[in-house]
Amino acid sequence: MDIYLFEAIINGVLLGGVLALLALGLNLIFGVIDVVWICYADIVMCGMYAVYFLYAQFGVPLPFAFVIAIAAISGLGVLVHLLIIAPVLDSAPVNQLLATGGLLFFLQSFATLLFGTDFRNIGVRLPVIEIASIYVSFARLIAFAVALIGAVALYLFLKRTYVGIAIRAIAQDREIVGLMGIDQRRIYLLVSAIGGALAGLAACLLALQYDVHPFIGNTFGPVIFMICVLGGLGNMIGGFIASFVVSQIIAIGGYYASTELSYVFAFTFFIGLILIRPRGLFAP
Amino acid sequence: MLSLATVSAGYGSFQALFGVSIEVSRGEAVAVIGPNGAGKTTLMRVISGILPMREGTMTLEGRPVGGLPAHRIVELGIAHVPENRRLFPRLSVEENLRIGAFIPSARAGFSGQLDWVYNLFPRLRDRRTQLAGTMSGGEQQMCAIARALMSKPQLLLMDEPSAGLAPLVVRQVFDLVQRIRAEGLTVLIVEQNVQQVLEVVDRAYLLEAGAIKLSGTAAELKGSSFIRAAYMGL
Repeated sequence: MDIYLFEAIINGVLLGGVLALLALGLNLIFGVIDVVWICYADIVMCGMYAVYFLYAQFGVPLPFAFVIAIAAISGLGVLVHLLIIAPVLDSAPVNQLLATGGLLFFLQSFATLLFGTDFRNIGVRLPVIEIASIYVSFARLIAFAVALIGAVALYLFLKRTYVGIAIRAIAQDREIVGLMGIDQRRIYLLVSAIGGALAGLAACLLALQYDVHPFIGNTFGPVIFMICVLGGLGNMIGGFIASFVVSQIIAIGGYYASTELSYVFAFTFFIGLILIRPRGLFAP
Repeated sequence: MLSLATVSAGYGSFQALFGVSIEVSRGEAVAVIGPNGAGKTTLMRVISGILPMREGTMTLEGRPVGGLPAHRIVELGIAHVPENRRLFPRLSVEENLRIGAFIPSARAGFSGQLDWVYNLFPRLRDRRTQLAGTMSGGEQQMCAIARALMSKPQLLLMDEPSAGLAPLVVRQVFDLVQRIRAEGLTVLIVEQNVQQVLEVVDRAYLLEAGAIKLSGTAAELKGSSFIRAAYMGL
């Protein structure tokens, strides 16, 4: 096989890791709270700014900057739930979409106002490593590994702990969980915090690879939504697999055509597939 | 133990209960019987806190508990086996049982309680890793009762446990009610299967159109010509 094609496939797999992390967060929130955070990618943007300012401006060592950013974005997730979602929890889905969609524009505009439209880079240059004459960016390799660890940790949490099982139960029968002694509102807050933390973790991994600017959410937000719908909204395993399907289309499309066209391919594939399987790749 | 006085409740503009008063003493088994739409399920939902009451009072051991949310009521020792079982279909049997033991006081003794429940329902032990939604109706009903027992309740609310089950399985469910009583639990059971439920309870209330129409010991109600004609087809 062509070595460059192979390199593209490897890079596709690595890209899929971070996308999978974000798809997990969005699916978790949708599955449990039944609300789509349209602004999810922009919360990631906030996290990238947090990393940038902590590390590049205030000189906080990178690991601490990451930890603080993840904690801060987790807190932002809780705030989003309390201030934006909780008041519209019982209203029509379109109102919820408008509320979180409104937050998207708010966050983008607020970031523009505060930080301007400059592209900022945290200035960490990680090496490109060569394995068997294939060149792989070390930042991507780390991002993939950490994203995978995050996904496994989330899986174990949902599978093994009382609270994790409660989170899965609530997604299956919202009304009845109170009878088990589960306080829905507390689970919602916890899930928002976890969703925020996953966005924060993704922000750290993306900040190693990309410049931060107020509209960076637009570059991957639509892709994440496409992945979630493709995997079946709320289906975490489906979303996880779909991340790698989409990232391969983008990577291989980018190899044969161009990066811009690869997104056209991905969305064309998505539109075609959704016509055939409207409930996603893995619907029963 | 549990006492409801002039309780009213409903959904939106629809009122389902009109000044219902019932009394359940410790160790008793009490049935609420009545036709479809009489408000039996609403009554159970009010007791377990899923549905807020509009008027009236509810006390548990003399302590007012009306208006508490469902997750607080469980902690006070009332477990509810809901109508139509309502298992979490995509969780395994054992995960359903674990969720039943979610409250802190139940988590501590989880494995002991699990053994007790598995001895009560040996079938569930065989099916522990199976997804709950893939079991038969009777097995699901057993699992729903087992899940409620996992919280170590004092009072067990059962909403139509025999609905939709084959006659043989219905008999098993009622046998089970007696065994649960023998373990020292208090039981409040809603049923349409009047003849059989009156065999296993001490007292019963007849609920019609949201109000208590009749009450008495099981023997009295079995002897009542009104009950016999309207609910037993005799």
